[in-house]
Amino acid sequence: MSGGVDLFDLAQKEREEQATYRRTVLCCGSTACLSGGAQATQDAIRDAVAEKGLEQDVRLVATGCMGLCSRGPLVKVRTRGEDDVLYADVDADAGRRIAEQHLTAGQPVEDKALSLEHPFFARQVRVVLENMGEIDPNRIEDYIAHGGYRALRDAVNTMTPAGVIDVVQRSGLRGRGGGGYPAGSKWKLLNEAKSDQKTIIANGDEGDPGAYMDRTVMEDDPHRVLEGMAIAAYATGAVKGYIYVRAEYPVAVRRLEQAIRQAKRHKLLGKNLFDTDFSFDVEIRIGAGAFVCGEETALMASIMGQRGTPVLRPPYPTERGLWGQPSMINNVETLANVPTIMRRGADWFASIGTDSSRGTKVFALAGKLDNTGLIEVPMGITLREIIEEIGGGVAGGKAFKAAQTGGPSGGCIPLKHIDTPMDYDSLLALGSIMGSGGLIVMDEDVAMPEVARFFMRFCMDESCGKCLPCRAGTYEMHELLDALVTGRGTAATLARLETLCEVVRTNSLCGLGQTAPNPVLSTLHYFRPEYEALLVPDGAHLAGLPGAHAAAAADRASASANTSERSA
Amino acid sequence: MSALRSAAAAAGAAGAAAGPLPADDPRVALLTTQLKKVRYRADALIDVLHAVQDIYGYLSPEVLTTVADALQLPPSRVLGVATFYHLFTFEARGDHTCTVCTGTACFVKGADALMAGVSEAFGVAQGATREDGSLSLLEARCIGSCGLAPVALVDGTIVAKAKPDAVIAAIRNAMEASVSAEGAVREAAAGEGGAA
Repeated sequence: MSGGVDLFDLAQKEREEQATYRRTVLCCGSTACLSGGAQATQDAIRDAVAEKGLEQDVRLVATGCMGLCSRGPLVKVRTRGEDDVLYADVDADAGRRIAEQHLTAGQPVEDKALSLEHPFFARQVRVVLENMGEIDPNRIEDYIAHGGYRALRDAVNTMTPAGVIDVVQRSGLRGRGGGGYPAGSKWKLLNEAKSDQKTIIANGDEGDPGAYMDRTVMEDDPHRVLEGMAIAAYATGAVKGYIYVRAEYPVAVRRLEQAIRQAKRHKLLGKNLFDTDFSFDVEIRIGAGAFVCGEETALMASIMGQRGTPVLRPPYPTERGLWGQPSMINNVETLANVPTIMRRGADWFASIGTDSSRGTKVFALAGKLDNTGLIEVPMGITLREIIEEIGGGVAGGKAFKAAQTGGPSGGCIPLKHIDTPMDYDSLLALGSIMGSGGLIVMDEDVAMPEVARFFMRFCMDESCGKCLPCRAGTYEMHELLDALVTGRGTAATLARLETLCEVVRTNSLCGLGQTAPNPVLSTLHYFRPEYEALLVPDGAHLAGLPGAHAAAAADRASASANTSERSA
Repeated sequence: MSALRSAAAAAGAAGAAAGPLPADDPRVALLTTQLKKVRYRADALIDVLHAVQDIYGYLSPEVLTTVADALQLPPSRVLGVATFYHLFTFEARGDHTCTVCTGTACFVKGADALMAGVSEAFGVAQGATREDGSLSLLEARCIGSCGLAPVALVDGTIVAKAKPDAVIAAIRNAMEASVSAEGAVREAAAGEGGAA
């Protein structure tokens, strides 16, 4: 029997099965809500449903992330012929009330309900996250019933690889890992490479502290990543795929492993898919805590079981990648866009966003806001719209100071640029980057030199130690920033810092070092008076501060011991 | 193997000399199962090291030597990879661990105060283990729960929107729970002894 027929039957059966229930209760079972007690909520609802004898009437689903993590656990009640009702802050007690009032008597629990017209939801456009909060990530049937794997089937059965690449190119999809390289062009490069051992790699090494988009996609819609990879493999002629996942994401690893087993069982991965010559297999590789492994060549070294040190490009991975064979690395979010693009068409996708940045971007909205969580917005939305409408404004009535994007490789966007559209080129022009999607809002209480020191410490710890400008440069820059923040910095300290920024930026081997000065440069550019206010007259830092100076020296000694241990 | 031994000792690994693993240790069987699962492939080194750390709690020179032999890799390569990645540790962790997230969102919302609060309350430095072996205080660079910042993990369980007092209380609870569990085991053992 052909895989295609199987798939169609499976989807139909699942939809019929789901349609027998009058109500569906979607309980957010993502990491954030679970740590807020979502399991107790689910248990309470399940018990109450059983108590009332409603098992034939109510279907209970533990879904992926619904987005508004700061108000979890979230629960959505869907009734045939009625509008969905969303509940926030649902503890076990509220769960029982929902079961007793809403599920039994049809009376929504007003004091826990949150309008779906709320700008947090209404301003979002969901492409990558379209299944979030809708499907059970543990069941392939649910994914297929929501249209999953149809794009793969149609691509393999009815399109040529060149045709698939054409769709991706026309959609304007750019890499979501930060750089924004056109995805279709990359696919074309791998397609043109000559080898029967080509590989593709899904980069799920989401190292930017403050970002968890990829984690959520891998945990809560794992089949979407697999389908995107399989379509990419068909288009490029790759025979093998690797998903590189951070070890810090054990749930993502478990869900992906399970998804791979399910896909193999349904012949959606493996040999001769859909009764064609197309064969493709996926394996998971787990990182071990190294930010630099987000860099393509370092990531490949890590997959091959080696130290994650980058090498010079060219040759690019599409010429010489894993085990010397042509390889292509796409970010998880990039691949997660692909099934929807194939299903809904290049023109549809290209109609979202701006001319240079098509489609949507998922952001992890965090920091000093009322509504924090995971959002997906059309490219080109302004920062002000995200912060004031979706985020509900800065928390506690404080004043907005800056938003940080791009993590340790990015920069800050100050108040005067709050009306900037969020797209690759506008952010670059402001000295920041789109990055992978961490968006952290800072209020007036946050001191920018301390933010710069925070990121520099991160880069210093994460520098792989291979090239001198990055290894010694990030250490020295951290020293200088620490001197400034702790009142030991003079005008000369600041001047030296600025010189070093330039040296490290222009001379480092890979992106980690090249972009490490960005948080310093950007905060200096927009908040220079804050740095200047920290300066002390020449020599003053030595007079009268012996204790502080000795402490700083001890600190330096321990930091250097730390660094040499890691780079040993 | 002496090269690995001295290098491992220099890298702060346990000082004990690396000898063969005792054959009757049940953990050896677990490690062998894992090695078979990856078919002794050298490129699975990182996976194997994760498994070793799960089984033993940390990477000792003895186990690293065994892994090098099994995967037919130079010991220097195994140690080189193990020391490159932050998640691998060469010392036994405390009975309990508290990991404070120091990602950007948590930093903005006061991770420093959390770290300082726990450090002071239990007299343990950041990144260190208490002398009595009861608690390790670690930092993680973003566990991806930024919507709940600041967060700490006590024995792997998230304390969300954490205040120092809440984290300290969670650690005390974890410590008391294990003390009373140990007490119960002792009592049970004493009871059995009395019956015999």
